[in-house]
Amino acid sequence: MAALLSLQAVSKRYGAVQANAGIDLVVDPGSIHAILGENGAGKSTLMKLIYGVESPDAGVMLWKGQPVNLASPAEARAHGIGMVFQHFSLFETLSVVQNIALIVPGKQADLARRIRALGAEFGLEVDPEAMVHALSVGERQRVEIIRCLLLNPELLILDEPTSVLPPQSVARLFETLRALQARGMAILFISHKLEEIKELCDTATILRGGRVSGRVDPRGHSAKDLATLMIGRAMPPPLPATAQDPGEAWLELAGLSYRNDDPFGVSLHDLSLQARSGEIVGIAGISGNGQQELAALISGEIAAQGAGLRMMGQGVGRLGVAARRRLGFAFVPEERLGRGAVPEMSLADNALLTAHRAGLVARGFIRRAPERAFTAAIITRYDVRTPGPEAEAAALSGGNLQKFIMGREMMLDPKLLLVSQPTWGVDIGAATEIRQRLIAMRNAGAAILVISEELEELFQICDRLHVLHKGHLSPSLPVAETNAEAVGAYMIGSAA
Amino acid sequence: MNAVDFILAGMLAAATPMLLAALGEMVVERSGVLNLGLEGMMALGAALGFITTYSTGSHALGFVVAALGGAALSLLFALIVLGFVANQVAAGLAIGILGTGLSSLFGKNFESLTIDGLPKLALPGLSDLPVVGVLFVQDAVVWATAVLALAIWAVMTHSKLGLIIRAVGENPHAARAIGFGVLRVRCGAIAFGGALAGIAGAYASTVYTPLWADGMIAGRGWIALALVVFGTWMTGRVVFGAVLFGALSLGELTTQAAGVNIPSQLLACVPYVVTILMLAVISSNRRRMRLNTIASLGQPFER
Repeated sequence: MAALLSLQAVSKRYGAVQANAGIDLVVDPGSIHAILGENGAGKSTLMKLIYGVESPDAGVMLWKGQPVNLASPAEARAHGIGMVFQHFSLFETLSVVQNIALIVPGKQADLARRIRALGAEFGLEVDPEAMVHALSVGERQRVEIIRCLLLNPELLILDEPTSVLPPQSVARLFETLRALQARGMAILFISHKLEEIKELCDTATILRGGRVSGRVDPRGHSAKDLATLMIGRAMPPPLPATAQDPGEAWLELAGLSYRNDDPFGVSLHDLSLQARSGEIVGIAGISGNGQQELAALISGEIAAQGAGLRMMGQGVGRLGVAARRRLGFAFVPEERLGRGAVPEMSLADNALLTAHRAGLVARGFIRRAPERAFTAAIITRYDVRTPGPEAEAAALSGGNLQKFIMGREMMLDPKLLLVSQPTWGVDIGAATEIRQRLIAMRNAGAAILVISEELEELFQICDRLHVLHKGHLSPSLPVAETNAEAVGAYMIGSAA
Repeated sequence: MNAVDFILAGMLAAATPMLLAALGEMVVERSGVLNLGLEGMMALGAALGFITTYSTGSHALGFVVAALGGAALSLLFALIVLGFVANQVAAGLAIGILGTGLSSLFGKNFESLTIDGLPKLALPGLSDLPVVGVLFVQDAVVWATAVLALAIWAVMTHSKLGLIIRAVGENPHAARAIGFGVLRVRCGAIAFGGALAGIAGAYASTVYTPLWADGMIAGRGWIALALVVFGTWMTGRVVFGAVLFGALSLGELTTQAAGVNIPSQLLACVPYVVTILMLAVISSNRRRMRLNTIASLGQPFER
């Protein structure tokens, strides 16, 4: 069988970063081919080269045996290559059919009919007239897939398609992909989730540091083997699981509601939860279901109405961010650059931003020596890889900056810590370290609330879980007594 | 002619310079670019239009040269903000000052000269109506502007070109990912806006008040900018705002002429204040405003 697509020694460099180096890849027709790698391994860059978004610096690309030079996505589409992006390339202020009409020729009324027909055939139902901003993440993904399918591609690229989906929707997506495979379509499936790749794919190309580090049939290898190829060493050891009796409630939400005027935002309805000393409570759910609003209410960036929010036993709804921090609250936000740290400032000055109470300021003046010492302590204790306290925050990799921010907040010895997406875009090694730190902190008696999209992570570190769906919070689910399917049911709002 | 007739007869022509400039700017902003140089592009168009029409006797040629001049100045702006990825606010202000300066330079030898305007054309049937009939006796440019407003509305809401412009304005990175040339779309929008601003200026200097005086645009470019924002980038609202402003500015003249005892400086403020208040009230719905606001407006695009 002739290869549908083959890449030979393809390279791409962005400034100082060699994103892809001498990559060889062969995709056969009718195959579901996995591209596996950690964040930053060069998966997304490779897909952009294949889809014509970027041009390679070197190397040859053959499509059905013929050399091609794709200068734009339109050319890639004309050849029969379609792509579903991880961060969708949809426009929120346009309707579904308008989004599709942007690249699929035809009258909107005809397109709407074809969208419905295709949806019924492949389990991709979506209302063509709906505005995209009103759709759930799963529905948006369906729109992206439909948009590709309407152009009859022979190769469909999916970039991390499951990272945003609840478990039930993943199963549904896999059915759709298998139906497409049965029609002879080839699929390139980008992921860093090993179990999914073992379940779905017949071939896997593994990338590490911009190079191919392995080509295997994932069905014949254990997840451990795949992980070793992916990270270049054995998987970090599992975490110690020593639950203990929780103490006083340091955070209490009792029927907390918040009405959001922003049409792209989410309103919160009657949320109740407790985080007690010595326990980690997780908030599961797909982003965009009220996580941002909840985090901002707890951190004090949005004032809470009424008496539904208590911290360290006192009502804090009207207190500002600084006042809450004085009570012993600390916060690691989801966006590291811009909210967790100021990109242009040094690590030392970034440390000062929240740790100014730790003796770093005297009579309104910064005490440089203690500031440096404090920052150096974060760097050594939390294993931040950086030249030193004077390094710019923006110069650190995602994982290192996350370790720094976590370290800064933990050094304040908070009673209550709120962490949003603790390991987002962080490599496996650093992620394991961060999780171990959280558990150590819990064991030392802190109350920790973790908001995360990674269900696996929540099951590893949390004592109890709540699921946030469309601004509603599920009852408390002790991790020892629940499983991914039960949590997934709450994530899509279908739990009894 | 009583005051009502005077306002009805004149408000569309008074609105036309602002409306032409605002319609162009609306398209530019829809694509995600903020061009604050409107006043300067109008001034340059006014000077070039007047000089051409004065020298050749042709209004049509005057409009063509004004459109080309406005477009050329806006392409300089495009080069700065798209090519060199400079700050759009600063570049727009600089281009505005440059345009105003160029208009003074070119117009130096034409100060206070006058030409003939354009004849008024009556719409048969409608112009015979009682009271509002005077509304339908206008020059050709006013009619052309009305047609243009309809065309822009249709293109922005119902055509693929309009979809592409809106897509680029909302999320340029996604637009690029699916294969649209963000810079090309924005550059086209900027040139279109520049040409319309030039024509708007020429209308002011060759038709509405057919004479050249330095500084004759007198802030109409800034009003046009405000109309676009308070009109929430919707064609109908921008038209409404422009006509309201035109009517109020004529109302101010009739009030003064009637000898009402209010300081003229205070009266001169009224059109600005009332127009902005009206449009602010219309656009006060936060939800609607958020839905219409162009997400990438004013942000430089780098790949």
